[in-house]
Amino acid sequence: MTVNLLTVVLFLPLAGFLAALCLPRASSEASRRWALGISLVTFVASLGLLGWFDRSTGGEQFALDIPWVASPNIHFAISVNGVSLWLILLSTLLTPICVLISWRSIRNRAKEYYAFLLLLEFGLIGVFLAQDLFLFFVFWEVSLVPMYFLIGIWGHDRRIYATLKFFLYTMTGSMLMLTAIIYLYNLAHTFNYWAILRMMSSGEIQLNSQEQMLLFLAFFIAFAIKVPLFPLHTWLPDAHVEAPTAGSIMLASVMLKMGTYGILHFCLPLFPNAAHRCSGWIAVLAIIGIIYGALVAMVQPNMKKLVAYSSVSHLGFVVLGIFSFTQQGLDGAVYQMLNHGISTGALFLFVGLLYERRHSLEIADYGGVATVAPWLSTAFLVTTLASIGLPTLNNFVGEFLVLQGSAIANFKWTVWASLGVIFSACYMLWLYQRVFYGPTGEAVRSHVSDLRAREWVAVLPLLAMMVWMGVYSQTFLPSVGKVTAQVLVQSEVNVPYRVETRPHAEVARVR
Amino acid sequence: MSADIVVSNFVSADMLRFLPEIILTAMGTALMVLEPILNKRTSSLFGHLSIAALLAGIAGAVVAYQHGGLAFGGMLRVDGFATFFRVLVMVVGILTILPSYSFLKRQDAETGEFHALLLFSITGQCLMAAANDLIIIFIGLEISSIASYILAGYLRDDKRSNEAALKYFLLGSFATAFFLYGVALVYGETGSINLSVVHDLVAADPGIYGALMGVAAALMFVGLGFKVSAAPFQMWAPDVYQGAPTPVSAFLSAGPKAAAFAVFLRIFLTGFAPIGRAWEPLVWLSALASMTIGNFAALRQTNMKRMLAYSSIAHAGYVLVALTSRSEVGAAAAMFYLGAYGFMNIGAFAVVSHLSGRGETRTSIDDLAGLGQTQPMTAAMLSIFLMSLIGVPLTGGFFGKFYIFKAALDSHLVWLTVLGLLNSAVAAYYYLRVLVVMYMRDPVESAGPVEPLTPGFRLALIVPAIGTLFLGIFPSWVLNFAGKSAALLK
Repeated sequence: MTVNLLTVVLFLPLAGFLAALCLPRASSEASRRWALGISLVTFVASLGLLGWFDRSTGGEQFALDIPWVASPNIHFAISVNGVSLWLILLSTLLTPICVLISWRSIRNRAKEYYAFLLLLEFGLIGVFLAQDLFLFFVFWEVSLVPMYFLIGIWGHDRRIYATLKFFLYTMTGSMLMLTAIIYLYNLAHTFNYWAILRMMSSGEIQLNSQEQMLLFLAFFIAFAIKVPLFPLHTWLPDAHVEAPTAGSIMLASVMLKMGTYGILHFCLPLFPNAAHRCSGWIAVLAIIGIIYGALVAMVQPNMKKLVAYSSVSHLGFVVLGIFSFTQQGLDGAVYQMLNHGISTGALFLFVGLLYERRHSLEIADYGGVATVAPWLSTAFLVTTLASIGLPTLNNFVGEFLVLQGSAIANFKWTVWASLGVIFSACYMLWLYQRVFYGPTGEAVRSHVSDLRAREWVAVLPLLAMMVWMGVYSQTFLPSVGKVTAQVLVQSEVNVPYRVETRPHAEVARVR
Repeated sequence: MSADIVVSNFVSADMLRFLPEIILTAMGTALMVLEPILNKRTSSLFGHLSIAALLAGIAGAVVAYQHGGLAFGGMLRVDGFATFFRVLVMVVGILTILPSYSFLKRQDAETGEFHALLLFSITGQCLMAAANDLIIIFIGLEISSIASYILAGYLRDDKRSNEAALKYFLLGSFATAFFLYGVALVYGETGSINLSVVHDLVAADPGIYGALMGVAAALMFVGLGFKVSAAPFQMWAPDVYQGAPTPVSAFLSAGPKAAAFAVFLRIFLTGFAPIGRAWEPLVWLSALASMTIGNFAALRQTNMKRMLAYSSIAHAGYVLVALTSRSEVGAAAAMFYLGAYGFMNIGAFAVVSHLSGRGETRTSIDDLAGLGQTQPMTAAMLSIFLMSLIGVPLTGGFFGKFYIFKAALDSHLVWLTVLGLLNSAVAAYYYLRVLVVMYMRDPVESAGPVEPLTPGFRLALIVPAIGTLFLGIFPSWVLNFAGKSAALLK
């Protein structure tokens, strides 16, 4: 192919964003249609990516490497592997859904809203594609800006506090990461991730253990803030609760994965010793996050906050899986990243739909929704069951793998983490019970209607994915497994010191 | 670099190398003469003529660069470094004049003097950029400063403007005296005021010259530190920036600062380079103090001009980080940063000039409420400038910061880098607050409508915005030039 399909997928949203800025301000209809069209085309293009992706290897494909800045040597280097492919598909799938879900609820300054949504898509896809550390950082920061505006302009009452907190938290982490990136560059004289990795495994760059630990922490803290890992999670409930529905969906489903993807793609292979040394502590924090998130979710009177805290809990599983350093754990972590994207995205979507109807996020304001909106209730039930990890639905597979992996690493972790699964059933089912069952109040009866056609279109793909991913994980896991296996090997290579213990030839085989 | 001073036989070559200064002085003088002849109705002619002179000056700088070398017996050194800063201060000049058309009209203060003084000030800065001799540097510094003292007090009827001018003048002269004292010490010790000669003498035997040269470096640091508003000599900046007419504040924050940094780099990386270890801790501390004081004080500001003043202190701190690294990479980074900073800061000030209203009554941050709805174009431009000041990728500010901290890490200044970058996370807060007010609050009805954008303002916003984005997306071109020029510094 003369045109790299990956660049098409990446730059379509950017082109869409620039064009959207030129649309007339008066017609929000035009902006909506444009955003929907562009995001659908991007989705189709990303399906093409899936079609041409060679799943027998799972390695980096569709690679493109163009020099961007001569000195320092920055390249526009992108490629996709068996993990990032799915994350990109997740982003491209959710963006049109977000457009659909905002169709009626966003009336104020619609032009900018949809433009920012497209810019956000651009940033998110870029993060998962970048193979140049500098480029990665650029996308990492670029994705921050539209989200800042999405929350700040179209959010709820405390949106300004929430959006500032969100931006500053992430920014602080990013600055540490930037320091580490520059430090690595000054050693390696390249930002190319693979080149740095090669130099590290061949001993061209040697980090002493203190250097490695500090660099690891600089990257890890930036990622952990994004995940968010307990105790760095406090921005998340605020941001989620105050964000507009589409903002919550993109934030939970894709943006949080930037953190876990970063840990998997950069932290483990680049700084394996430090990662191994910290794994115990990090696993404990992840488990605290799982249990704490679940317990706090249980007592939330606000639906969105409940789902937000459930995210803290779910993402804890992902981190635990990664730091179990087992094949199952890593596979499960990646799968859980995708699952959480689908099911929590759907939960936020439903909460948004309820809010659009009843104009309240308080659980106490609902009750008996099932009688007036049976289809909505059924769809929500499927999502609830998926979220608590019912077999044949998606989360079960991921959670099972993570728990299996962590059991291999340390059985005590599994025992504690399983508590989170039980708690999740408690808070989700209790939520469902309070919102959908019971006597139907007057306000609910008069305001809450069932799913409309446009909403069905947004909901159905998510429900279908939940079932598909729960029943036939073989579609996804093989390509994921190839990448995670590679990560595992890379992260085992230099224990205790990469250079001295492994001869060059063996490392080359690994790559 | 050998110390041979090339005494040029060709006066014409000297003149060519001095071309920008000649053009600007001629036009400045002409404007003074034309002032009584032209009546008020054609007053925008002053602006047109100044811009024409500055464009000619830029062309002149390019010609001078092509005929580069030493001039006037080694007093001037026209190299890439000088050309970079000459062009920079002249671009800053143009960007100052663009918004001042409507601004001066609004204040009923259109005169030729304003433009003449501006041109004189820029002449001084061009001279500073090209100077290779401590006395020439001092003369350039004085030409630039005296004109800008008057400019700061240009709105005669405004109490704040008067206060600004007086404060700037008194403190400024005091600081220049320190600088001169440093020059005297250097001359007394080495018997020369030529930077190349001083460098060679000191490099040959740092032991002999060390102590007294250290004192001289410290004294010059005081003088120049004042000009760039680095802590602990930053006190004047907020009051002066707030009181001075906004286009002048914009100019002060970019032009004289860039020229002073040019001198800073020239002196400290040539003459004082051999005793670098002695002054490094001093600059290190000053850099950190500037960033911290600037950023933390800016957090609490409610006035846009004051906030930008504190932010400019912080940005001076970032550039000092580049100086602390004592390397060519650092010098190149400082040059790039000052270029990017010129665009983004002048742009931000231009927005304030546009919105300030008659008598400059509307300069508080709250006055920007709802600008995203009432004037989306202005708001979008200001967002670009603020994003660049924060250091968000794809803007010039980000690359500038990146290069600076890269240079710092190159020189193993790990802690300064970490503290500096965390500082910029703090800084994000007060810039973001402006965005919050613009986009996330509703316009205040009582404030009255905002004037529509005049063509002058429109250009004054678009040009820096394009510059900011260009430096952020295609930094190579400017950076390569800066890198090459910085290598020539020695």
